[in-house]
Amino acid sequence: MPSRAKGAAANGAEATSSSSLKITVNGLPIDRPCPPERILLDLLREDLDLTGTKRGCDLGTCGCCTVLVDGRPTLSCLTLARLVDRRSITTIEGVTPVHGLSTLQRAFVEHGATQCGFCTPGFLVTATALLEERPHPTRSEIIDAISGNLCRCTGYTKIIEAIEAAAREGR
Amino acid sequence: MATGGTRGTRLLGGRIPYIDGPLKVTGQAEYTDDIRRPGMLVGRLLRSPWAHARILSVDTSAARALPGVAAVLTGEKYPTPFGVLPITHDETAIAIGKTRYVGDIVAAVAAVDERTAERALELIRVDVEPLPEYTDPRMGVEKVAEPIHARGLLGTNIQKEVVQHFGDVDAAFAQATHRVRVHGRFAGVTHAFTEPLVTIAEATADGRLTVYSATQVPHYLHRALSEVLGIPMHRIRVIKPEVGGGFGGKSDPLPHEIVCAALSIETGRPVKMLLDREDVFYTNHGRHPTDNEVRIATDAEGRILAYDIDALIDGGAWSSFGTVTTYYNGILAMGPYRIPNFRYHGRRVYTNKPPSGAMRAHGGTNLRYSIEVGLDEIAEATKLDPFDLRTRNALPPNSTTINDFRITSTSFLKCLAAARERSGWDSKFRKLPYGRGVGLGCGFYISGSNSPIHFKPVMPQSTVHLKVDMDGGIAVHSMQADIGQGSNTLLAAIVAEVLGVDLERVRVPRVDSDVSPIDIGSYSSRVTFMMGNAARRAAEDLRAQLLRAASHRTGHPVEQLEVAYERIQVRHRPDVGVTFMEALHAAMERAGALTATGAYSSPPMGGSFKGARAGTAPAYSFGAYVAEVAVDPETGLYRAEKMWAAFDCGRPLNRLAVEGQVEGSIHMALGQVMGESMNYRGARLLNPSLLEYKIPAPAQMPEIEVLLVGDDDPEGPFGAKEAGEGPLIAALPAMGNAIYDAVGVRCYELPITPDRIVRGIEDRRKEGRAWKGA
Repeated sequence: MPSRAKGAAANGAEATSSSSLKITVNGLPIDRPCPPERILLDLLREDLDLTGTKRGCDLGTCGCCTVLVDGRPTLSCLTLARLVDRRSITTIEGVTPVHGLSTLQRAFVEHGATQCGFCTPGFLVTATALLEERPHPTRSEIIDAISGNLCRCTGYTKIIEAIEAAAREGR
Repeated sequence: MATGGTRGTRLLGGRIPYIDGPLKVTGQAEYTDDIRRPGMLVGRLLRSPWAHARILSVDTSAARALPGVAAVLTGEKYPTPFGVLPITHDETAIAIGKTRYVGDIVAAVAAVDERTAERALELIRVDVEPLPEYTDPRMGVEKVAEPIHARGLLGTNIQKEVVQHFGDVDAAFAQATHRVRVHGRFAGVTHAFTEPLVTIAEATADGRLTVYSATQVPHYLHRALSEVLGIPMHRIRVIKPEVGGGFGGKSDPLPHEIVCAALSIETGRPVKMLLDREDVFYTNHGRHPTDNEVRIATDAEGRILAYDIDALIDGGAWSSFGTVTTYYNGILAMGPYRIPNFRYHGRRVYTNKPPSGAMRAHGGTNLRYSIEVGLDEIAEATKLDPFDLRTRNALPPNSTTINDFRITSTSFLKCLAAARERSGWDSKFRKLPYGRGVGLGCGFYISGSNSPIHFKPVMPQSTVHLKVDMDGGIAVHSMQADIGQGSNTLLAAIVAEVLGVDLERVRVPRVDSDVSPIDIGSYSSRVTFMMGNAARRAAEDLRAQLLRAASHRTGHPVEQLEVAYERIQVRHRPDVGVTFMEALHAAMERAGALTATGAYSSPPMGGSFKGARAGTAPAYSFGAYVAEVAVDPETGLYRAEKMWAAFDCGRPLNRLAVEGQVEGSIHMALGQVMGESMNYRGARLLNPSLLEYKIPAPAQMPEIEVLLVGDDDPEGPFGAKEAGEGPLIAALPAMGNAIYDAVGVRCYELPITPDRIVRGIEDRRKEGRAWKGA
């Protein structure tokens, strides 16, 4: 039997030894029971219906599941939900303005930085954190920042261009 | 505004942002795994740990007894074989009688949650008797003790054998001045799309079945579901949500899709079957591991006299597209050069490994690598510049190849000229310091397969329906599958262009077999050419309706009218006319809500010999790429510094998308050159994860200059040809030839690993053959 990636195996709905989890997700405080084995990605996608964050590998290799934990890019598929207790989580839904798009999102659209779009939320939250920390990154700083995210469609060219354009425009 | 001409259009030819971009950058685009249905069960597959084994029994009683398990399935219930090609149906949804590779599906479970489903799998007992394992295609070309499939040729594991001979190859070789022989060896590679395979099926009380799936070809899935499950197609509805990349890997109907539907029928509840990444690797259908031998004969001036090609192709456990693969590994040699004599022997052999299938630039990639490396050797032997050699041999436009391919447009010479000039070739080739080099590679690919293999009765390959709303919104219904390549945007832009309306009016609903007209989907680089033409004709049908209505309103005959932006007016008198909305409402007064249809059939083509239709296409793309590399001679590590990609896709209709296709193709090509490889120990896949199977990271990508130099194709929509697959091909040999220019080491094997380069450098030194003074 091929061994299975175990990252998502803890997806049971059992409430055994669930203690309370207090986190902020996209600015909203959440207080709910959470079993100790619950993975952050499952909490977001399955329990909170925040399906913008994508499940690509369950092994921390593709970056599609990247979210921000207190502003830092984090692989939600490798993170136990309980480890982010009392922290603030931002997903792709959280970096999206109520109306319209952020400067970075608009740059991704205008530069054709999305193709299939499956990796896009991961790249966007990663790039959002980068520009928060460094409003005017160099090209190699951009490449470093996105080095944990895989894209199979674009060759990264237009993703890098879009981040550079957003930085020029300023958020 | 053009009324059918190919010049002077407004939207097409520019940079059109993808119309689904806003949904994708916000995470609002809905992929299959994002869909939830009430009461949905979790489906899981039990996969074989045995490469080749007779199944003696499958005991599912303990699994069935586990609370929370809704259904357990084994193979016998659905014995009807299926497969993507109608002539090679050799798969069943679940293995029956024996398992054929590590990863083959032997049972399936639907349960209330993931954990219960996993536990149920552990409770299934499978008794088997091991059979001889055939992991190398060479083991299967003779009669074997236990053929993997009963359908193998004469007791062997050969799935397909192709023998073709045009002209007189032996005579050509006898009179040739230069002959080269390249023995190319190619590891298998896989698509590595980011969205894992996933399906949701929902059988309902009205006897219908709805299936959502990450697929490139909803129609093939629709057919396979109907055949295997024994349900008429009209009671099955196939929906394609957003798809996170395909590259050929989502073009076969896949067993998990059928199993998921079967589990839903079994339980009467919706079932989701999400494959984890490891399962995706076992499902594979990637590029075939291949050994090829390419012999090329030329005269003293480097004119190609003959090709003699042999290919041994490792098919894995199923046929998949393998019959096509076997043809393509020979006949896609027919461009971009004139080949007066041609012989090909190709064999695709079943092995006890995950199935190979169609992957971007299917069949044309490994073959092309060996040819282009061989031509580089000929150039060296004839002391011709590699560009001059290729210029001399270029296939002329409006010609016929020796195997009866109809060549219409080609801008191959313009590709060569652009790549040579922009790359500064003449000041670099053999002139850069030791460790740096440039290399040229060229490409050729079909712009849509001419063979609509499944269509009985005969009908056009592509159909598009338009439905017009009362407020002038237009829905484009089609079964082309946007899998990220931007085909939704392209069809919308074509419709907007023909009607002169704002792109904002046009939307492309997701593929839904209940409303989308039949089409054979997104593969063989066919969508721009075939669906583009169908969309154009549908829009022209609608435009004719609007022109007639405008004629009634204005009193001017239709022939005097023209379409302008959101308006229909009298030619040369733009002040006389009606708005688009006035014309629409006038048309609706008479006809009710408007609809329009357009279809495309490729013209008759191809010879009359066996296999003559393989590789025929209404147009072909061409490319010439230069790679510049830096190689560290001590470690053999190398990187691509820059790639100049001159490509002939006819007229690029959306430059943003064409550039994206070229850049993404180069990424995938560099992966196959620089390290991607499905590694096996015997029958066991060693690297079924994106950690161990590495695709290029951002830092590994070169600077890319895309040069779109194509002239209009006479039959493509607005002059366009394909740009989805062809752009991959030239990048691989450009890299191999650049490494040779850098350090004098010929690389006949992909991936090109640093140790092979170091060994080559050491061999040169031992033999006293200096390169560029080193």
